[in-house]
Amino acid sequence: MKKSILILLAVVMVAAAIAAGCTGSPSGEATPTQTTTVPAETQTTASAETQTLLIATTTSLYDTGLLDALKAPFEKEYNAKVDIISAGTGTALGYGENGDVDVMMVHDRVREDAFLANGHGIDRRVIAYNYFVIVGPESDPAGIKGMTPEEAFTTIREKGLADPEKVKFVSRGDNSGTHAKEKVIWTTDGFNYTTDITNSGDWYIEAGTGMGATLVIADEKSAYTLSDIGTYLAYKDKITLVPLVDKGDILLNVYSVMRINPDKHPGVNSSLAKDWINYLISPSTQKAIEEFGVAQYGEPLFFPAAGNWEVMGVNQSEVEDPVV
Amino acid sequence: MGYIIDGLMEAIHLIVSLDPDVMEITVLSLVVSLTATCTATAIALPTGAAVKFTDFRGKKVLINLIQTLYSLPTVIVGLLVFLLITRHGPLGFSGILFTPQAMILAQTILILPIMIGLTISALSGVDETITDTIVSLGATRLQFLTSIVREARFAIFAAVVVGFGRAISEVGAAILIGGNIAHRTRVLTTAISLNTSQWEIGTSIALGIILLVIALVVNTGVTLFQQR
Repeated sequence: MKKSILILLAVVMVAAAIAAGCTGSPSGEATPTQTTTVPAETQTTASAETQTLLIATTTSLYDTGLLDALKAPFEKEYNAKVDIISAGTGTALGYGENGDVDVMMVHDRVREDAFLANGHGIDRRVIAYNYFVIVGPESDPAGIKGMTPEEAFTTIREKGLADPEKVKFVSRGDNSGTHAKEKVIWTTDGFNYTTDITNSGDWYIEAGTGMGATLVIADEKSAYTLSDIGTYLAYKDKITLVPLVDKGDILLNVYSVMRINPDKHPGVNSSLAKDWINYLISPSTQKAIEEFGVAQYGEPLFFPAAGNWEVMGVNQSEVEDPVV
Repeated sequence: MGYIIDGLMEAIHLIVSLDPDVMEITVLSLVVSLTATCTATAIALPTGAAVKFTDFRGKKVLINLIQTLYSLPTVIVGLLVFLLITRHGPLGFSGILFTPQAMILAQTILILPIMIGLTISALSGVDETITDTIVSLGATRLQFLTSIVREARFAIFAAVVVGFGRAISEVGAAILIGGNIAHRTRVLTTAISLNTSQWEIGTSIALGIILLVIALVVNTGVTLFQQR
């Protein structure tokens, strides 16, 4: 009898402790779906009505500092708190599919199309674009400078297979948008990505991490890698890699925003998500995107989508039409 | 080598100037891991006592299992909790993914086995003559337990510290469950990971020093307590 009382006591304490742990923590029941309080240390500016928007973003928009710059005016205007999870496009799409975030900002048209077709996402708008660059050590051991991206990749592979000590390529290897673009280039060159690339030798290194970290790894290993120009410029002073190939239609990099379909995922904060999308395509934000980083890096990190739908090969409505 | 010196200088500056971001990250780390440790203690003490002072079939197996889980990998806990609380998971309705609460839950689960196990060891370490004396003095079950716990308090306290150390130093679960969101779920370990990948060495070193100091302070405190 005493034994059972003891076990009962334990169970009660477990339950009490869990309850205490869940309610006694620093911020209130903070879900993306409802009005929340923010952690105590940032509470000075927030009122009780502050809503939270949870964004999953591709690392390039975060590592460059663009999203941090864009979110501040939005937070003020809409009395909102914008929380950002920086992950590759693949991870972001996964969170979106589970309805764990409200908004996704990604750059992989093919997978975005599938995501929209499956009904997980709605209201995609294109917000910005730039170009990928193939960067590598200044000595350019594979001699790719001035080549087309397609030629450069074939050459890196050839030289890498011949002498993996000298010629290496670091891949994101994380199913991100940049990784997807890299695969497209290999496939365009006629290679089977699995057999001809990933399993072909020591020259090909899969980092499995974000863009910034991949640049740092490539720099350490004196290797080539494919990067969006924005992240590269943001890291330029921290690494010694130089851009070697930056021209070619295949290097176009288009960033989109979309919200998670509330019909499919009832918990998401859909109205604030709508506001965020409309904020991003508004003329003033588009101008802010155009000007972002110019003073610091001497050139733009991103080009605004506004007025450039033909360059990007998308519909005008996808760039300009507000979400209603 | 210059970058190490530069990083150190910057780190010292960040700490001395009480940089708001660094302070915020430190406070959140402490709050999350202390809450997790308190929760785990509240569970581990009675559970450990129940296992120690009751006899049942499979007790040895259970203790074995608990000891095996001492080295429960942090990312496995992260994965497990993620699968539970993702919106379409069994506990998805709670909507706590990417919040400090979820990190507390994950860290609590992470340190429970080692804290239960060490509690059992602590209670086993109490001299049998003492337990016999308490019983012979006609103590009730509750009096017996409180007396034993008081006898074993140093060892139990050590268990709590070990749990706290494991909680505050883990990165795997924190990044999967918290998402490393600035001003919300960014703790010392995930911030060091991010800052190093962004080549913000100074910030990384500063956060690393703070993490070490926390460990040092806690352990010194334990030593002083035990020497009393």
